[in-house]
Amino acid sequence: MATAAKMTVTDEVAIQITAMNKWYGTFHVLRDINMTVARGERIVVCGPSGSGKSTLIRCINRLEEHQQGQIIVDGTELTSDLKNIDKVRSEVGMVFQHFNLFPHLTILENLTLAPIWVRKVPKKEAEEVAMHFLTKVKIPEQAAKYPGQLSGGQQQRVAIARSLCMKPRIMLFDEPTSALDPEMIKEVLDTMIELAEDGMTMICVTHEMGFAQAVANRVIFMDQGQIVEQNEPKEFFNNPKSDRTKLFLSQILGH
Amino acid sequence: MADPAYVRDQMLPPQKAPSTEVGTPRWIRENLFSGPLNTFLTVAALYAVYVVVGTIGPWLSRSVWNASTLQECRAIVEATYGAGKTGACFAVINERWQQILFGFYPRDLYWRPTLTLVLMLVALGPVLFTWVPRVFLWFSFAFPAVAFWLLWGGSVWLPITILLGFGVAYVVFRVLTPINGLLGIVAAIVAPILYWLFICGPLEEAIHSLIPLGLHQLYSDDFGGFLLSTVIGVSGIAFSLPIGILLALGRQSDLFIVKTACVAFIEGFRGVPLITLLFVASLLLNYFLPPGTEFDIILRVIIMVTIFSAAYMAEVIRGGLAALPRGQYEAADSLGLDYWQAQRLIVMPQALKISIPGIVGNFIGLFKDTTLVSFISLQDPLQLVSSIRANQEWNGIYWELFMFVGFLFFLFCFSMSRYSMYLEGKLKTDHR
Repeated sequence: MATAAKMTVTDEVAIQITAMNKWYGTFHVLRDINMTVARGERIVVCGPSGSGKSTLIRCINRLEEHQQGQIIVDGTELTSDLKNIDKVRSEVGMVFQHFNLFPHLTILENLTLAPIWVRKVPKKEAEEVAMHFLTKVKIPEQAAKYPGQLSGGQQQRVAIARSLCMKPRIMLFDEPTSALDPEMIKEVLDTMIELAEDGMTMICVTHEMGFAQAVANRVIFMDQGQIVEQNEPKEFFNNPKSDRTKLFLSQILGH
Repeated sequence: MADPAYVRDQMLPPQKAPSTEVGTPRWIRENLFSGPLNTFLTVAALYAVYVVVGTIGPWLSRSVWNASTLQECRAIVEATYGAGKTGACFAVINERWQQILFGFYPRDLYWRPTLTLVLMLVALGPVLFTWVPRVFLWFSFAFPAVAFWLLWGGSVWLPITILLGFGVAYVVFRVLTPINGLLGIVAAIVAPILYWLFICGPLEEAIHSLIPLGLHQLYSDDFGGFLLSTVIGVSGIAFSLPIGILLALGRQSDLFIVKTACVAFIEGFRGVPLITLLFVASLLLNYFLPPGTEFDIILRVIIMVTIFSAAYMAEVIRGGLAALPRGQYEAADSLGLDYWQAQRLIVMPQALKISIPGIVGNFIGLFKDTTLVSFISLQDPLQLVSSIRANQEWNGIYWELFMFVGFLFFLFCFSMSRYSMYLEGKLKTDHR
């Protein structure tokens, strides 16, 4: 498991969310969210389903639009300005629950597509970078295959590598292991742990409490669209303050 | 009771399947004789095949290929096979096939449509098959102008000056985009239109008076038969796909005016029979155009057929778009691709792949619908069959001519269908 010593948190602010509110129609999904993420910080967001945790991280790269408050990512405020949105998106990597690889492209093409078209990197250089990250997630031999030919765990590692090829400064993980067979969860978590050791700023929505204890320096618990409790992992798990958190923890750790 | 603590000490290797589960015997048993009802149906089907072949077979085998009238045909059959026997009279095709293929196109100029067909196959190469070098795409792009000139003739400078319009658009785009992106795009659309309206014509005349170079000019009345069907069908196919894609995207757009315009276009043209549009093309359009404007009838028909087919195409492609998981859009967005990049690189390749059967179905329908132009007195193959039958020499013949026309249509449509299956197989990437 990871050694916390290598992972350093700086004072620099990576993400600043102030008084943010979001509605789906008339339904108030996110209520008064205030949150600051420092560069190098690794945050795990957990909570019951429907608590708004996925919506929260999807607001950070504007896959969802917020209606009130402010989200500033790397000094750029997210508004309806398309230029800002594209700038933030190219700086923030995202890994989805269902991988969302492009099934009509090979693994290598999946990895080089965005660097070539968004970053205007020459094809050869993009391929070298792609092979570097494929080696890092330990599947360089699959480069010529199509996503449909890979196992779930392999696909998710490709998805992580695809995000890394854009050299993002922040990584968002939206339940990256929830759609995987138990045997494959570990290989994906190992990849994420390695990433954390390299000092990546990460926000993970996950139910993997072992991962939270090993690498997170903060755990955020959400319920009904609000941040209910946040603390460093040791305190959070051993000494939860609110009743809602206690109930949640007893339910997921109880068996 | 067995001991519950069981440990397997040896893994079993796979064994060969029993012989009744593989090969031809299994196929016959499962598909033809799996029960009393199936056995009965198999026997009945075999009998039906026997009756059909037994009737048509002798008629076909007694066919006559050389005769100048139907009476002569019949006389030859009776003389060869005895009184009362009938046989196919394919002599009519031998005599008149050129008319069915080319209509009333001048006989000494048949080389022009023939050369156009050969060039069309060359132009299709890089579009249909990825192993053809990409440089040939330039020829595919220029082919419509080449085909137009070869078929209709006239000054060679007309298609060249028209093509120059695209060059104008490119130059304007390259010069103005560094100054302002939007200005560049708008100017690249406006400049060639102005060029075509005001400069193209005089320029063509000027060059033509300096260097007169061209082919004998023909008019749309000279066109007919499969030449006509292919010109309308292929143009309709080539233009309706891109327009259909844009309409489908427009219908999904968040921009209210774009969306409304696309919905109105699609629903409007889909809700009207093609034949109505063809009548509009042949009769009504002239009332709206300034008097004296000469607007070619085949061109008008092509525009109508394209519009009609594009409306259908848009809905087929919208089906493909709807079948794409939302995650694909989100992944493209999260990587920072802009709208057009996401559409071109991620969405369209997948949506079009899903829609291939529907798109090709539309193409085939469009191609066969070209026979409807006979209602606005253009000479489609069926119209020509009627006029051959109206002839005294061939009065009374029908099977052979319709078989020939049907066979040619089948050839076109079946190749399209086979190509679509090839393409589906090639694009299949989810093989596990």
